[in-house]
Amino acid sequence: MNSRKLLNPWTLFGAAVLLAAGVLDNDYYLTLINFIGIHTLLVVGLNLLMGYGGQISLGHAAFFGLGSYTSAILTATYGINPWLALIAGLVVCGVTAFLIGVPALKLRGYYLAMATLGFGIIIYIVFTEAQTWTGGPSGLAGIPNLSVFGFKLDTPKRLYLLIWPVLGVILAISANLVDSRTGRALRALHEGENAAQSLGVDTSRLKLLIFIWSALYASLAGSFYAHTLNFIAPASFGFMFSIKLVTMVVLGGMASIWGSLLGAAVLTVLPEMLTVFHDYEVIIFGAILMVVMIFLPRGLVRGIMDLWAFRRYKKEGKIIA
Amino acid sequence: MELAPLLQYLISGLTNGAIYALIALGFVIIYHATTIINFAQGEMVMLGALCAISIYHLYPSLPLAFLGGVVLVTVVGIVFERLALRPVKDPSPITLIIITVGGAVFIKGVAMLLWGKEAYNLPSFSGDAPFHMGTATILPQNLWVLGLTAVVLLGMEAFFRFTLVGKAMRACAYNPRAARLVGISLSRMVQLSFALSAALGAGAGILIAPLTLGVYDMGTMLGLKGFCAAILGGLGSSFGGVLGGLILGVAESLATGLISSGYRDAVAFFILLLVLFIRPQGLFKGDS
Amino acid sequence: MRRTVILCGLVAALAGLMLLGWGCSKPAPNEPLVIGGIFSITGPASYLGEPERNSMEMVIAETTGKGGVNWRPLKAVIYDDEGDVTKARLHAEKLIQKDKAVAIIGPSLTHTSMAVLEVTQKAKLPLISCAAGSAITAPAKDRVWVFKTPQTDQMAVARIYQYLQKQGLKKVAILTVSTGFGVAGKEQLLAQASKFGLTVVAQEVFGEKDTDMTPQLTKIRGTDAQAVICWGTGPAPALVAKNMKQLAMTIPLIQSHGAASKKFIELAGDAGEGIIMPAGKLTIWNQLPDNDPQKAVCKEYATKYTAKFKAPESSFGGYAYDAMNMLLKALQKSEGNPSKIRDELEKIQKFVGVSGIFNMSPEDHNGLTPEAFVMVKISNGQFKMID
Repeated sequence: MNSRKLLNPWTLFGAAVLLAAGVLDNDYYLTLINFIGIHTLLVVGLNLLMGYGGQISLGHAAFFGLGSYTSAILTATYGINPWLALIAGLVVCGVTAFLIGVPALKLRGYYLAMATLGFGIIIYIVFTEAQTWTGGPSGLAGIPNLSVFGFKLDTPKRLYLLIWPVLGVILAISANLVDSRTGRALRALHEGENAAQSLGVDTSRLKLLIFIWSALYASLAGSFYAHTLNFIAPASFGFMFSIKLVTMVVLGGMASIWGSLLGAAVLTVLPEMLTVFHDYEVIIFGAILMVVMIFLPRGLVRGIMDLWAFRRYKKEGKIIA
Repeated sequence: MELAPLLQYLISGLTNGAIYALIALGFVIIYHATTIINFAQGEMVMLGALCAISIYHLYPSLPLAFLGGVVLVTVVGIVFERLALRPVKDPSPITLIIITVGGAVFIKGVAMLLWGKEAYNLPSFSGDAPFHMGTATILPQNLWVLGLTAVVLLGMEAFFRFTLVGKAMRACAYNPRAARLVGISLSRMVQLSFALSAALGAGAGILIAPLTLGVYDMGTMLGLKGFCAAILGGLGSSFGGVLGGLILGVAESLATGLISSGYRDAVAFFILLLVLFIRPQGLFKGDS
Repeated sequence: MRRTVILCGLVAALAGLMLLGWGCSKPAPNEPLVIGGIFSITGPASYLGEPERNSMEMVIAETTGKGGVNWRPLKAVIYDDEGDVTKARLHAEKLIQKDKAVAIIGPSLTHTSMAVLEVTQKAKLPLISCAAGSAITAPAKDRVWVFKTPQTDQMAVARIYQYLQKQGLKKVAILTVSTGFGVAGKEQLLAQASKFGLTVVAQEVFGEKDTDMTPQLTKIRGTDAQAVICWGTGPAPALVAKNMKQLAMTIPLIQSHGAASKKFIELAGDAGEGIIMPAGKLTIWNQLPDNDPQKAVCKEYATKYTAKFKAPESSFGGYAYDAMNMLLKALQKSEGNPSKIRDELEKIQKFVGVSGIFNMSPEDHNGLTPEAFVMVKISNGQFKMID
């Protein structure tokens, strides 16, 4: 339609990223924004799986952790170039997702959820127990910074200039994927597996593809996380973090690329700004999951817009797009 | 290999396995009636333990604490079903998973506010003096757990096989539409199954509190292990669930004793993955 | 299309909101000196963070009541990291950038401290950690800006081994928890054994939330160990005590200082009787001889804390109390200049604190010795000093 108008989300996104780069000079806000970027990366991937694939991963933190630890161990312990380590992380995550996904995705309903849950817990235990590699529960320190053409990305601002443009590209790729033939097949899949199959969609191959794809996003996010913090510990990759990611997807709205950004941003910034959050954080996450799924299954923004549209429709007696 | 420690591993494994089995039975009941997997089941175990402990602190009588705990948690189970699951318009697995996981997290958070992060003690039902069996020992409380598991198992089998309500419940899971046609109220059956499984979870929690202490975050891991046991047994089968629990307990205990204690928790989930990938219908054929 | 635009608008609005907070003014010279605090006030380690925050606030309030340091008021800005490294890191950035803190106390845990010290080192800001891990301040040459007040695992292990050596024991079994605390303890237990003529005949681990340790203990029972040393925090060590009783094991059980709390006695119940452990002197301050210099300090802290917060004092709060008091001492000579504060902290000598007597040096940013611990035994539900 009128996507060529200047006010399209992509130009807005680009402008916002550029504007923030020019204006922001406070390391605290930049670090916060970088974490939003990293979380968005994770959430977009999970959202592709949940919103489009109709499958849920309750162990997504494991892929995040695998990417993180591969980057961290290869760079901090073996002194390998961070970019090569990042690629190694992608390979590790891709292969693992393949191995988990092939058997799990042949089954329906709850099975991928259970398999990912079990997998997530096993990986967490490995991070804690394989102390010679991972440094154990007290973590792995001394992770070097990323650098681009000899230019060290050692300040939050410089990292910002890496993370957010990369995120833009990833968002664009995801949006394209969703609009492509694969995306349409995925949507058919979400509506119903039998229907999709009867349309000639190879559903299990498609689900596997999207599962691996989301694991790759998580791995990339993990590598960025390791190089942002210069230190990682298993506690960041536990079951609760997987649940937080699901909450971000649900809040932003399943099957919504921009919703992922919103969900990640809100649930990263709010706990940081509202001190009330602390003791209630777990309760709030639980409540969001339940309330949004029950009353606004399309996510917060779309749900509210739906309600609003419905009211206007009632008032004016006509349908609004 | 000496025999003496082996016997103790076996006993430890069986008594721990009985705990998983009891929790697995809670999953089985709900699955029987609804084919839903209630991820909040572990939190019912925790609530049972903590409610009973609080009642015991107010009025130190174990039977009263047990009853009170079970009743309170049954109410929680009914309320949870009524408020969080019944209003769902699109009951697809992904929606239900998210809601029950959300419920679990929510209940855990509320429990943390109510009871704090401290652990609490509940006295054993019949003393702490261990029985000796050769070189191995077993606590009276462990016998309580084993005994109750057996009683619940038999009761459940009888209920689902021989009573009208039990048969009606199974019919709901099997074919909800046909069940409704013959006049079974689906929503009442679902409610009943949630009430029953919450009661069972609470009972399990109270029974194990003297062994494991009661603390707000005890439910998650126990719930997941019970869940592994249920899958191991084929989800629909109560005998399978109990056997699954016992196998899991013994496997963990043997792995800890003979291989390495560090990866103990990984054993359960490793078995879960193996079963899911190789024999998703469970180790034993489910009764349907 | 309309929806995506609205969505983008929302995202932009959110970004704008964050920009609003940006741009804070520089502190004028007569403004209060900001001391930052990062503790695990909520989350699984709240038993550490809560008393730490209370103790820090108590010292700040007291100092302000007396007119501040060199007539300059102090202000505490304390954040809760919930035991999460990402949050701890963000809070450190916030304290440095937004609150312009001159020094930071905390975090409560080893891994959160490790995540925070990366930025405080870069920002050249003194950090006084309240976590036990010795990796936080060692080697001190690399950790120029980092100090810590709790006794290290190394000292606790040395103290236990000294005691065992006196008892003439030769073979021990160790049972450690799979957390940072347990792993650090295990490393030290293994490393120091030979120095005290001890052999570790079994090394087992358990999970923080495990509820049954009988398999591990059965394995230990099958060895010729003369004592079991358990290293853990929270309810699990109490379960170890119960399980040992269940297995009718009669060899002594020695716990780490992580179990030295009233809660442990309550949870272990009868099974706790006779258990030996190292503890900070605060735990048994009223049993200390009057000539012990720490007695007065511990008494003062314990009385003030219980009066103010209506809760029992704890060694954990003591870590923050010592950190704050040392920082006050350093502040008096440094006019709020972070670099001078650091230099003064490093010069601290014979500082009598709740956790021990501190002697800082460029090689040692903890400044304590194993004598900071006493050995205590649980008898009749009370801690009793035995060595």
